[in-house]
Amino acid sequence: MMEWISVFLILTGSIMAVISAFGILRLPDVYTRSHAATKSSTLAVLLSLLGAFIYFWANEGFISIRLLLGIIFVFITAPVAGHIITRAAYRSKVKLASSSGEDALKPYLEKSPKDN
Amino acid sequence: MMLVLTISLMLFTCAIFIALYRIIVGPSMPDRVVALDMIGVNLISLVAVFSIVLHTHAYLEVILIVGILAFISTVGLARFVERGEIVEHEHDDGMD
Repeated sequence: MMEWISVFLILTGSIMAVISAFGILRLPDVYTRSHAATKSSTLAVLLSLLGAFIYFWANEGFISIRLLLGIIFVFITAPVAGHIITRAAYRSKVKLASSSGEDALKPYLEKSPKDN
Repeated sequence: MMLVLTISLMLFTCAIFIALYRIIVGPSMPDRVVALDMIGVNLISLVAVFSIVLHTHAYLEVILIVGILAFISTVGLARFVERGEIVEHEHDDGMD
C-alpha cells in the first residue's frame, strides 16, 4: 500500500515536471520563464524525492538521511537561484515582454542610481 | 509498478529535452541559465527514480552533489551575466 502511495507521488511529480517544461517553452519572457522553472519544477522534485523516501522507508525500513538533505537543500536553494538569475537579467537590461503591464522596479532604480 | 516508474522516467526525460530546446534556441543568456538550472533539478529526480528501479542505495549521494553543483553554477553564471567576471579581484585604493 505504501509503495503505491510513493509511486503515485512520483508519477504526480513527473507530470508536474512536464507541465513546468511546457511553461518554459511557451511563456514569452525570461522573468515569467523563471517562475515556471523555479516554482513548479521545485514542487516536482520535492514530490519525487518524497516518493523515493517513502518507498525506501516502507519497503526496506531504510530512513535515508541523504534524501532528506536533498529535499531540504533543493527547497532552500531553488528560489534563491531564481531570484539571483532574474536580478542579473534585469541588471543586464534584458527586455520585458511586450504584453507586460508595468515595470515596477524601474522608477525605484532610477531614483537611487547605483554605479557598479 | 515498474510500468508506472518507466512512464515517469519517460516524462522526466521529455522535460529535459524541452529544456534543452530552450538552451539551444533561447534568445538571451539568462534564458539559457534558467533552462540549465531546470535540467539540474530534473536530473535529481531522475536519479531518485533510477535508484528505486535498480533497487540500490548507492546513487543517493548523486542527488546531493548534482544539487550543489547546479546551485553553484547558477550563482556563478548569474555573476558572469551581471558583471562580466566571476571572481572579483581586489581593487587597489588609489594610492600610487
